[in-house]
Amino acid sequence: MAESVIKVKELSAAYRKNTVLENVDFSVEKGSLTGIVGPNGAGKSTLIKTMLQLHPSLSGTVDFMGLPFKQAKKYIGYVPQRGSVDWDFPTNALDVVTMGLYGKIGWLKLPTRMHKEKAFHALKKMGMEDYADRQISQLSGGQQQRVFLARALVQDADIYFMDEPLAGVDAATERAIMTILKELKANGKTVMVVHHDLQTVEEYFDHVLLLNRTVMNHGKTTETFTKDNVAKTYGGNMRWMGEEKQYVVHTGK
Amino acid sequence: MTYTAWIIITACLVGLTCGLIGVFLILRRMAMMADAISHTVLLGIVVAFIITRELSGPHMLVGAILVGLLTAVLVQWLNSLEIENHASIGIVFTTLFAIGVILIATSVGNAHLDVQHALMGEITFIPWNTVNLPMIGSIPEATAILFLVLIIVVFMILAFYKEWKITSFDPALAASIGIPVVLMHYVFMSLVSVTTVAAFDAVGAIMVVAMLITPAASAYLWTDKLSIMLLLSGTFGVVSAITGYYIAAWIDTSISGSMAFATGIVFLISFIGSPKHGLFAKFIPNVTDNKALNEKSTR
Repeated sequence: MAESVIKVKELSAAYRKNTVLENVDFSVEKGSLTGIVGPNGAGKSTLIKTMLQLHPSLSGTVDFMGLPFKQAKKYIGYVPQRGSVDWDFPTNALDVVTMGLYGKIGWLKLPTRMHKEKAFHALKKMGMEDYADRQISQLSGGQQQRVFLARALVQDADIYFMDEPLAGVDAATERAIMTILKELKANGKTVMVVHHDLQTVEEYFDHVLLLNRTVMNHGKTTETFTKDNVAKTYGGNMRWMGEEKQYVVHTGK
Repeated sequence: MTYTAWIIITACLVGLTCGLIGVFLILRRMAMMADAISHTVLLGIVVAFIITRELSGPHMLVGAILVGLLTAVLVQWLNSLEIENHASIGIVFTTLFAIGVILIATSVGNAHLDVQHALMGEITFIPWNTVNLPMIGSIPEATAILFLVLIIVVFMILAFYKEWKITSFDPALAASIGIPVVLMHYVFMSLVSVTTVAAFDAVGAIMVVAMLITPAASAYLWTDKLSIMLLLSGTFGVVSAITGYYIAAWIDTSISGSMAFATGIVFLISFIGSPKHGLFAKFIPNVTDNKALNEKSTR
């Protein structure tokens, strides 16, 4: 059995007063490419944010390669949802990618030419070298996502967390991103990706984590991603919604 | 130096400092916070006055920072209690401002501090209140304070340029690579507070909002680069200040009012004329824009 680089124990988190995650327990093997799958509101993004301490946890522990988050920070790369930032911000694609290096550059220093070259190289890897000087609002959704991926690449992390990198992108971008994810995996990096498209799960990920407020199932895609497990993860939710509707009808009378 | 020169220099310092800080207010979508802090610093000034019994610069700066931070903390706290962000701002700043107004009326009485002055400022009186500085000589106190604040603001922007940029653009990434986003937020709120209080005497609580927001909002329309936006915004602030002074002299009216009015004109010109985001921009043939449009329509 491969060594596990991420260990999550009894993690819980809430938004306002609603508990979104309860008793989340799992560990992730080094060099695996895991898809986090679950219905809307299952807490997929919250799980990533809570693990990275961008959202407060109510209880539980998370460690990365045996270290708490604070010490493991520099080995972790994060790709937020594309919609989480203001794309009208006055900056260009190359600059956004360079931001991935800000942590390494350190305080009171400006990015040097070496940093810019690194960033440019990452853009090139994502097939975006022609757009380096383009203002970011003038990029298409797929191009913006590639810029985000390039920014994660320059971070040269060991563990990556990506929040819906394939949401709303064109087919070419989806292929480009998947090529990079497989390459990261081949280089021994561990990648966790929030994913929404059930049809591509088996093709894209070697591990899958079925999430609905807690871990429903987790393991190798071939063993875990079964009809029954998926129905359990999603179906519970649908039944719950059905009941709610019924309830509304009854009170209406 | 003549009084007119001092007034214009002071106004330019207000325009420049506010223009620079304003850029980050716009980019962080915190324009409402500027409005809030410009009002709550009144409380800071009044409390500083009650404690020290003098209206001197350094005390006011300290009072302003404390109240500015208090405002930011209270807004954050109300927000965490499920009160909508803008409502939180509205509740906090009106309450703190009201306390300031009540304190002026009850405890300060006949000092050189009244609500009218606090709201509108009185740049005309600035040359009368001078301090003696070593090497420089006798200069108006408000001008000296503004100069000091300008240096602080420029230093903070330059020293932490990339940190301001990343925490404004993508706070989640910033936090994940170890930049103290929350600390930066409160440092920024402190900078807004000292800028506001320094500009307070010259233009007052209402006009300082115009100087903070409008030049930056105008600059935003002209450029796609942060560094140029900062330069433009500072320039627009200075241009508005000078234009405002001459408008006021020409039609014999309030200087601070005219300055705020001038920022409005600058914005109007930008809104109509900007080649990138202006009203008529879509009629100007532009290769890159057309290319971008084509891409958008095919995606």
